[in-house]
Amino acid sequence: MNRTLVILLTVFCAQVSIADVMRIAVTTSFENSGLADVLLPEIKHDLDLDVQLLVVGTGQALRLGEAGDVDAILVHSKAAEEAFVAAGHGTHRREIMYNDFVVVGPKSDGADVGAASNAADALSRIVAADRAPFVSRGDDSGTHKAELAIWTLAGVDIADLGLRYQSVGAGMGAALNTAVGLDAYVFSDRASWLNFGNKGELVLLYQGDPVLFNQYAYLPINPSKNSHIRNDLAIQLEDWLTSQKASTLIDDYQIAGEKLFTFNASLP
Amino acid sequence: MTAAFPLVLNGVKVRRMGKTVLGPVDLTLSANGTTIIVGPNGSGKTTLLRVMHGIERIRAGGVVWENDDPARHAFVFQTPIMLRRSVTENLTYPLMLLKTPKDQIDMAVDHWLERIGLESSRGTQATRLSGGERQKLAIARALIRKPDVLFLDEPSANLDGHATREIEALLHEAANAGTRLVMATHDMGQARRLANDVVFLLNGSVHEYGLAEELFSTPSTLELIAFLRGDIVS
Amino acid sequence: MELWEISLRSLRVTLTALLIASIIAIPLGTYLAVQRFRYRRFVISIINALMGLPPVVVGLVIYIMLSRSGPFGVLNLLFTPTAMIIAQVIIITPVIASIAHQSMRELWAEYHDLLISLNTSKWQRILTLIHDGRRNLLTASLAGFGRAIGEVGAIMIVGGNIDHVSRVLTTAIALETGKGDFVLAMGLGFVLIGISILVNLAIHTLTRTEREGRW
Repeated sequence: MNRTLVILLTVFCAQVSIADVMRIAVTTSFENSGLADVLLPEIKHDLDLDVQLLVVGTGQALRLGEAGDVDAILVHSKAAEEAFVAAGHGTHRREIMYNDFVVVGPKSDGADVGAASNAADALSRIVAADRAPFVSRGDDSGTHKAELAIWTLAGVDIADLGLRYQSVGAGMGAALNTAVGLDAYVFSDRASWLNFGNKGELVLLYQGDPVLFNQYAYLPINPSKNSHIRNDLAIQLEDWLTSQKASTLIDDYQIAGEKLFTFNASLP
Repeated sequence: MTAAFPLVLNGVKVRRMGKTVLGPVDLTLSANGTTIIVGPNGSGKTTLLRVMHGIERIRAGGVVWENDDPARHAFVFQTPIMLRRSVTENLTYPLMLLKTPKDQIDMAVDHWLERIGLESSRGTQATRLSGGERQKLAIARALIRKPDVLFLDEPSANLDGHATREIEALLHEAANAGTRLVMATHDMGQARRLANDVVFLLNGSVHEYGLAEELFSTPSTLELIAFLRGDIVS
Repeated sequence: MELWEISLRSLRVTLTALLIASIIAIPLGTYLAVQRFRYRRFVISIINALMGLPPVVVGLVIYIMLSRSGPFGVLNLLFTPTAMIIAQVIIITPVIASIAHQSMRELWAEYHDLLISLNTSKWQRILTLIHDGRRNLLTASLAGFGRAIGEVGAIMIVGGNIDHVSRVLTTAIALETGKGDFVLAMGLGFVLIGISILVNLAIHTLTRTEREGRW
């Protein structure tokens, strides 16, 4: 009984670690890829660094960075990132790797998206067919912004689409769930799609247009915001993320036999 | 002990919801004996008792004790209020409030449990006792602090003859031991058995007050005559 | 994701919040039952209204307060279990206080004449009511426990659902559901239900039931 008490007490009491700790806000798409589960143990081993991940949407990640509640952010929304740095919230922007977006939809593919010539064409076909609806993340995330950019390319004003366009205001997993439930088309990052466990009647219909390129960048937060920000650790991690070892880990990472990310960090 | 008396009520008035339910009352209670308050239902007996005990708000007038120490009073309610605890714990409660030493508490509790015949029910939840047992417990709980004055509001009103007899025996002992009793009752037999002096209340005022023998043998007002005869008086 | 670790953390956060909230709410509810004062009705209405506070709004407000760019940022409490405990205390204290107040009011109505007649002090009255009404107070606490253990909105915002740090059963369920892993989410859900039932059973067994007449 006493031993159990001691064990319980130890577990209950706060865990004090001697390793360094830093917090990064990352996007749900990154988390869904599962790459973090590969990288984090290696980071711990090489740098003795505990990286705490806050998994949020791009919008919230940027806000957390702005508030100085995290030490760095890893997102995929170039325009927003550049504005972030320009406003002085981040010290700089470092590209690490990219994956791509795909268009997913019902196996029956009433809009014949599978035969589209490019991404804009794919989305136009969905609107033209007017059979299955389209589900959007609608959460101001990197994925959402990329999707909106394609609609603009296609010359479609989503405000005109009415109920054909379902905006869920949530992460990738939630949006995919909704798409499965509605038997709808949806714009997803490849990693989230491959890792998604509830595919139902949906399949990957369109991929490959260079415009679907999805660049991930790492941004350390400006340490002048408050005294808690560990900029030293953020730089340490950045060096590791752009190293040869990281490049191998990232390029070798696969889901169901498919490569997900391509490492493209440049030397400083 | 009874230096608390005489008790003087001066022009005491109690109002409830705009109506005067008691008063004005002028009354002086002497130091000894047992005072019984009689009167028809609704005449204000309960209110008068509560005023004397100090737990009723007075609209006018004053209640003056010779030597007031509210801790030396005790009150037994018409429907006994039991704490949601065991019989024993109900008895120890008032003594614990007074921070009485444990051995004295144990002695007092043993004495009273035996006296009221609830020894075998020491651990029983008080809320499970019969009406008569509860009232005996309430009286024991009141007397365990050895109060100077014990107020009782129709204590045997809802009880059978057997329980009533036991309770009157308890009260008789207490009176003999020197406790001043002030009791309301509508049982005229009980009044005759226990009273030294009698207050006859009608419609919230004191209609007559005097020694028991005098009041019962030679009532001076028509209302009291009618009441003693058993008529309905209002 | 270690199930054991997450479950223990859930329990630790909620039971700590429950303890703190009860220490505040029970004397408060009892005091409001026995002490008359000018704005008493108003205070009671406020507490009842606070029960309807949407937890996620509480979370948002606490996030703003604890953020490093906020007034209490120096405490560096954001994204820790402590922040989650704070949020849960704020959410469940009105619940416990309201239910406690209700039962203490009924008990006070019952004991009122007797306790005044026995010349008890205000403090003695409060202690007596809490002691004799402990079964109902326990029910009030359990209501608070139920609210807290299943809460997800506030603790997601202030805790951040960080793996090995602030991830608990409810936030883990939200995460796995969002990933589409319903099987895992349901498994976690059953653990949550199991814990809830166990805690309720344990407390009721420890304190024995009314049938035995000890209450």
